[in-house]
Amino acid sequence: MIPRHLLIGVAALLVLVVAMGIYARHMRQQARQLDSLATDALPVVPPASGPTETVTLYVADDAAGTLRPRSAQIPLPGGRQQRAEELLRALLRIYQQPGAPHPLAPAADIRAIYLVDPGAAVIDLNAAFADQHRSGIQSEQLTVNSLVETLAVNVPGIQRVNILVEGKTRETLAGHADLTETFDVITIEQAGNQ
Amino acid sequence: MLLSAAASADEKHISVYSPVAIYSLPVLDRAGHEYVGLLELLEPLGRVSSQSDGRRWKLRYNSADAEFAAGKTRAKIRGHNFDLSAPFMIENSRGLVPLNSLAALLPRFLETPVNFHESARRLFVGDVGIQVSFLLDASAPPRLALNFSNPVNPTISTEPGKLRMVFRRDPVVSPGSQSISFDNPVITHANYSENNGDAEVEVTANQPLMASFSNDRRTITVSAVPPAPTPGSAGPQNPAQASPAANTAGNVHRVLAVVDPAHGGNERGAALSDTLAEKDVTLGFARLLRHELELRGFAVALLRDADNSLTLDQRAAAANVARAGIYLSLHAVSQGSGVRVYTALLPVEGPSKGVFHSWNAAQAPSLPVSRIVSAAIVAEMQKREFPVQTSAASLRPLNNVFMPAVAVELAPGTDGVADLTSANYQQRAASAIADAVASVRDRLGVQQ
Repeated sequence: MIPRHLLIGVAALLVLVVAMGIYARHMRQQARQLDSLATDALPVVPPASGPTETVTLYVADDAAGTLRPRSAQIPLPGGRQQRAEELLRALLRIYQQPGAPHPLAPAADIRAIYLVDPGAAVIDLNAAFADQHRSGIQSEQLTVNSLVETLAVNVPGIQRVNILVEGKTRETLAGHADLTETFDVITIEQAGNQ
Repeated sequence: MLLSAAASADEKHISVYSPVAIYSLPVLDRAGHEYVGLLELLEPLGRVSSQSDGRRWKLRYNSADAEFAAGKTRAKIRGHNFDLSAPFMIENSRGLVPLNSLAALLPRFLETPVNFHESARRLFVGDVGIQVSFLLDASAPPRLALNFSNPVNPTISTEPGKLRMVFRRDPVVSPGSQSISFDNPVITHANYSENNGDAEVEVTANQPLMASFSNDRRTITVSAVPPAPTPGSAGPQNPAQASPAANTAGNVHRVLAVVDPAHGGNERGAALSDTLAEKDVTLGFARLLRHELELRGFAVALLRDADNSLTLDQRAAAANVARAGIYLSLHAVSQGSGVRVYTALLPVEGPSKGVFHSWNAAQAPSLPVSRIVSAAIVAEMQKREFPVQTSAASLRPLNNVFMPAVAVELAPGTDGVADLTSANYQQRAASAIADAVASVRDRLGVQQ
């Protein structure tokens, strides 16, 4: 006959093994979810730091077919290049809000801005920016004008702007606005004032 | 380039007309038979996928499974054997079936009647045919009315004594008799024919003919061109007197207008709705504009008159080589309302060197006249109470053409996206553009 205390000990061990198994399975599922989240997540942009400044954003208005200047207070870092990137990200946040006057895709982002002396800037958009942009002459041109004017007005010295998508030249933004050319800031400003 | 665009329309193709889509596909000659891609044929009609595994090719259309084998005529569709008229072929994972098996093959997938005009390569899925009837009004001048059961949008061309209407995207079917004679001394007969995916109606007369649309594009009226005006008496306000034939006779100031329906082929442009692509709206709109400009005495060249693709450089080169007096690029969009008119927004470019212009700024010398044309279009649109906006756009190939050039983007009216395919809406816009261009005719270059 098996002693009673031995039976209780074996039963307790069995319960412990089953509980450990369930816990291990739960932990494995959690790890898998974390993995997939890490793969899916968009690149995390560190929050801008620096003193808050008042800037003028040139916001496209589809209904009127024009740009409208809008003052905004945003924290801007010290570096000229980082400052330019934060400016355009602030502009994108307006376009990504519900009911925006010129909606852009939620995943649209600025990958980087390169300031090349003398007076040239290169804006590098992410693929979602162009791939999910609405197709149409006016809509695409307003996006280009908005980026160029906002940059030129707030970052002194920029006279010419090129736009890349994922680091490469792309023929058009979404079938119409030509991105192969260099945009002249003065010409864009004059066109906006017509 | 203009010739190559026309030649592509002459390649062998099959036109498919169904309630959900109208499209054409290339036909391939292989081993003495005509073939077409089965996946491409079914794709616009439902959910379809294919899988190629060596010599076996499997296809799923909605819930129907089929299996074909390269080099074999026997296939299996929905679990039943089916014999093709010639061996099945696989090319670059594309499954090709012989054309003359389609009439029996497609009903197995579609489960709906299919009517295949094999010799003309026109395939009708379901009851989609457009009926046509002829009615001659013998009063002077005689007029022949072609009444269609649905709106049509043919390509119309004329030569002395003949007017030809080619229906590429309209499922027009035979009126019963292939040839109809009229007891009239001017308009003598009309012939109906089908060839290479197109239907054609040719009206023969003893005088030059012209055509006009009415009844929401359900009626085409063919009539004799009125006698040529004396020089100086013709004006754009009298479209009949300024028709192409009259203008050739009177020849006051003949300007070549190049009309460019944007996009085409694989390049669909904006998706205006789930089923409507920008490339299709621009083509229909361009044909209407051609007609309106011809009525006002312009020689007109369409850069594409079919669903084919052209690069932006090819479009600019065609307009430049033709030494056109004006270049009009047509676009369509589903957002906003009315019409938008654009002139070139020139990029940063170096100065021209002597007689050589920078390609990206070739438009620079003509930009002032382009703006005059743009202003004229805006004025005409406002007269017709069209909402209209104008601005500059970095839109190729506007900056690559050296003649006055504008782009017109057609947006919906009060009826939403449906307006973009409305013949009346397009007609009003085309008429306004043609009037505007005619009003600045003297500022445009004369055809060389």
